[in-house]
Amino acid sequence: MKGKCPECDADIDVPDDAVDGEILTCDECGSDIEVVKANDKLQLKKAELKGEDWGE
Amino acid sequence: MATIAALIADRVRYEEKAILLVSRRLSFSLKHIDAKNIILELSRKRTKDVDYGTALMRCVSFYRGLHIAATLEGYGVKVINSSSTSNICGNKLLSSVALERHGIKTPRTLVAFTPEAACKAANMLGYPSVLKPVVGSWGRLIAPLKDEDTAEAILEDRTYMYPLYQIFYLQEYVDRPPRDIRCVVVGGEPVAAIYRYSPPGEWKTNVAQGGVSEPCKITAEIEDVAVKASRAVKGEVVGVDMMESEEHGLLVHEVNHSTEFKAAATTTGVNIAGEIVKYVARSCRR
Repeated sequence: MKGKCPECDADIDVPDDAVDGEILTCDECGSDIEVVKANDKLQLKKAELKGEDWGE
Repeated sequence: MATIAALIADRVRYEEKAILLVSRRLSFSLKHIDAKNIILELSRKRTKDVDYGTALMRCVSFYRGLHIAATLEGYGVKVINSSSTSNICGNKLLSSVALERHGIKTPRTLVAFTPEAACKAANMLGYPSVLKPVVGSWGRLIAPLKDEDTAEAILEDRTYMYPLYQIFYLQEYVDRPPRDIRCVVVGGEPVAAIYRYSPPGEWKTNVAQGGVSEPCKITAEIEDVAVKASRAVKGEVVGVDMMESEEHGLLVHEVNHSTEFKAAATTTGVNIAGEIVKYVARSCRR
């Protein structure tokens, strides 16, 4: 599957086994992109920015 | 199929994807819920969407996960790990208190509540020592205090930060090999362990910061320490981090409640996601 980067409009390859919420990285601009799957439709949106309380 | 359990996550990383794929393979009904979209009513009556009895909490955001866990527990949902465990593990001071109370060896640690007292504490520990934020992750804002001048400068900086950074948690610098050990414990059983090496020019061993890992045999000593540490925080799925002190043996410096296990799974070949899903399934039947 292919999608467009919502940040720079570059083509993004979405793996066939991508799950809802999975994070991909745009090869062109380096942005984190979130896969949104709903009703068999696939969308790509900018991922949430890393928060100060993220991690372990 | 009725929903039995939920995976609550705000970001699907390697770990969450592995858990979802394994649960499908095992035909275990695990509903993925995006924590970013959750709305919960603070009431005795649970919000309609909460149609599951068990939740595996995997939020990457500490505060988001903690507060969702507490709300779900209010509805009577069993959360793995519990809000209490998350609260303890997410706070280094509370973790140290729990570990010490259970007789688990930890690095020598002093806490102080003003920069002046913290400077005295650093002098008591000697140099180098380490200043850590009580709430923090991926090694952020952990500062080596190389001498008194450095300590004073760093401690003063903290007075311009949020008050939580003015709980001064100071730890001895432990003489050890340039690595630590991460042991993943699921349901009281250690399932995999790795050595984590600092990246070149770096003293922190977090794999998230570019450290590398290799398999670590789970010795009787590692098993004993890891299991006791998980019990000390009442953790069900945790990553226990320990250092090999030349003087004191294994010292636990952290127990992670939303443990990352990509490095441990890929380095050891252990199906950690599978172990977690099987544990959640067993918990649902209780």
